[in-house]
Amino acid sequence: MVQLNLPANSKVEKGQYYKDKTGSKNIRKINIYRWDPSKNENPRLDTYEVDMDNCSSKVLDVLNKIKNEIDPSIAYRRSCAHGVCGSCAMNMNGKNGLACTKSHSELDGDIDIYPLPHLKVLKDLIGDLSTLYKQYESVEPWLKTSKVNDKENIQSKNDRAKLDGLYECIMCACCSTSCPSYWWNGEKYLGPAVLLQAYRWIIDSRDEDRKERLKKVADELKLYRCHTILNCTNACPKGLNPAKAIAEIKKMLATA
Amino acid sequence: MSSYKIIDHEYDVVVLGAGGSGLRAAVGLSEAGLKTACVSKVFPTRSHTSAAQGGISAALGNMGEDDWRWHMYDTVKGADWLGDQDSIEYLCKEAPAAVLELEKYGVPFSRTEEGKIYQRPFGGMTKNYGNETVQRTCAAADRTGHAILHTLYGQALKHNTEFFIEYFALDLIMKDGACKGIIAWNLNDGTIHRFRSHTTIIATGGYGKVYYSATSAHTCTGDGNAMALRAGLPLQDMEFVQFHPTGIYGHGTLISEGVRGEGGYLVNSKGERFMERYAPKAKDLASRDVVSRSIAVEINEGRGIGKEQDHVHLHIDHLDPKVIDERLPGISEASKLFANVDVTKEPIPVVPTVHYNMGGIPTNYKAEVLTLNGSEKTVPGLMAIGEAACVSVHGANRLGSNSLIDLVVFGRAAAKRAAELVKPGMKHDEIDKNETDRCLDRFDKLRNSQGSNPTSELRLSMQKTMQSKCAVFRSEKTLKEGVDEIRKPYDGMDSLSVKDKSLIFNTDLVETLEFDNLIRQAITTMDSAYHRKESRGAHAREDFPKRDDENYMQHTLSWCNGSKTKINYRPVHRSTLTNDVQYFPPQERVY
Repeated sequence: MVQLNLPANSKVEKGQYYKDKTGSKNIRKINIYRWDPSKNENPRLDTYEVDMDNCSSKVLDVLNKIKNEIDPSIAYRRSCAHGVCGSCAMNMNGKNGLACTKSHSELDGDIDIYPLPHLKVLKDLIGDLSTLYKQYESVEPWLKTSKVNDKENIQSKNDRAKLDGLYECIMCACCSTSCPSYWWNGEKYLGPAVLLQAYRWIIDSRDEDRKERLKKVADELKLYRCHTILNCTNACPKGLNPAKAIAEIKKMLATA
Repeated sequence: MSSYKIIDHEYDVVVLGAGGSGLRAAVGLSEAGLKTACVSKVFPTRSHTSAAQGGISAALGNMGEDDWRWHMYDTVKGADWLGDQDSIEYLCKEAPAAVLELEKYGVPFSRTEEGKIYQRPFGGMTKNYGNETVQRTCAAADRTGHAILHTLYGQALKHNTEFFIEYFALDLIMKDGACKGIIAWNLNDGTIHRFRSHTTIIATGGYGKVYYSATSAHTCTGDGNAMALRAGLPLQDMEFVQFHPTGIYGHGTLISEGVRGEGGYLVNSKGERFMERYAPKAKDLASRDVVSRSIAVEINEGRGIGKEQDHVHLHIDHLDPKVIDERLPGISEASKLFANVDVTKEPIPVVPTVHYNMGGIPTNYKAEVLTLNGSEKTVPGLMAIGEAACVSVHGANRLGSNSLIDLVVFGRAAAKRAAELVKPGMKHDEIDKNETDRCLDRFDKLRNSQGSNPTSELRLSMQKTMQSKCAVFRSEKTLKEGVDEIRKPYDGMDSLSVKDKSLIFNTDLVETLEFDNLIRQAITTMDSAYHRKESRGAHAREDFPKRDDENYMQHTLSWCNGSKTKINYRPVHRSTLTNDVQYFPPQERVY
């Protein structure tokens, strides 16, 4: 037998098959990527037969049902269960999204569930987002203002409206991990999620650091690795448009 | 016992939890020059503060005259006089500055025509001591919690707070009645960490997940509350569980009170706006316990909607779609996703859903943890803030938008107090090895459980018991049954089954530890409810329908050792903090 010595996560084997034990007539097959760092094994794809007659509507409900009733060992992040915390981002039938807002009825055939693409996998469906978080930190996501009085900043309704479509970002990373450019240059290219946040502070009328912020982001790798593929906008489960935010930054730089 | 590699840390202060209150405390501590660690089982922006929708209360007076004393009166009345008025004075007086500070941090508040922070009406918030509705709740559309949480995380980054993310805290380290730090399990690599600190601040949020249907996140398991119980400390007022009037029927997703603030209203199967009967003045904007009870009565008397006549309708289809789009966009999205409803055309099916725990770790207004030892005593080295704490500003019922302000006001107060008590670089005490062993024994025992009861089954049994025996309306009969029944899932832990034995992201074990935390809080909640023989705020007893100020102007304290509880009481503080305002004596509570 050949000793396989491949980098972790490189060859996905067929895993275990969990047959339905409820006798349900309405079965759906759910294939889930499994990998345990504490075992010296290749990743595998486990298959679970799930009774859909007794399952609520979202993919997260399917996962919870599997974890509660079939296999408690499966690992995934989840928290709010209604699309505001961004924990349960994963790849479902080839598309990134939030398991808690994605209806399984919208997915055809067997459901294949993988971690977000191109992240180092920590276990099963849990990806390592630490690089993205560091990049987020690098855009200095806080208001820079010299005002120290105890009155609020006045911001017109129009100026405030410029933050709509930006501040709602839940940092789930669906966009960045769907972007080929981010796959290839993820260490250097900031990616759509972080650039959307960079733009959120650049365009805030209360912020006094716009010039510096623009200068910092105006970089061949950090910004201009965006090749307007638009996977990001297509992937965003909150309906935001990171591609547009990136285009706005480029426009500001071009007309500055 | 398996041997565990222990990594030691020393910090001036450890904050446990990275939601709104934990982050605000961490910012203040870092500003004060204290070496601070913030430990959280989830990445900070995943915390449940992100789910808060409608807003944050503060008497800014941006949209008509307002006064913090009016806010205080409303809070005292909302609390059904169980709140400590010294703490409530502190909350309401500090609130405006705390909101302006958030604005300076960068929170994207919605704006008025003049460009000031937009404020909306909310339940129980009134002008001139109960006279008419006031616009006091500061909003960032209907995503205020999300906006505040992300902004506070940014501030913490600005101040270089040291985060320990995806670390699951196991227990407090106690020595001679004082807290000396915590022990936590790093999910990323499976190591055990011992944090020594002069002050530990518990900011772990509520424990909504003891119920089957709750607006709470899966992670709302009150871990810090249970750690306090295991350390031999009491929890306070656990019987007061808030049911939010409008959770989406069948799913439990929160529909903000801001919806009614913006003009939404409830109807029953006869198309009646039934709140007019229960609260002639405030109507749909009465406080949450009142509205939830009214809905429950409508349903119980056969005027519910649907095949099972088990919910009511919330209308906003009469509002201008532009207003909905600008002020309630998140609600439209949630209604579409979870009820398949277009709010501009159809009503939202809603039902009262568990939402908030007024009870928690007892503290004073400086966030110092209290226990009872003859009289009220502080616990050295331990503080609690946010939903985990019971200050008590919310008493028997919290007003909507008073929780976000609680987070930042007392997060700030805790940092201030810790900075008075702790000087940078103070020497740490030795920790008794027994404390570490006690904690790791429990961890190891749960990890190596080889029994036959899956955690998910015990959890479900606990949740169903709480849902049926400790609901909106309670009675001697249901509670007595509940007191017995709730101990069954606890006893079921004798033969617990944990399949995954690994240490890296072992979520089977995480859920088991969380269940161990939840069940202790479920027991104290049920027992506290059983012993309070009156109706007050969110605690409605059918057999004792009246408030009993003679006997129960008292906070319930409950200790829990295994499944055994000890119940005691401490008097509600009947004085204010300063002479800026007079004590509000108990009155009949009508809206």
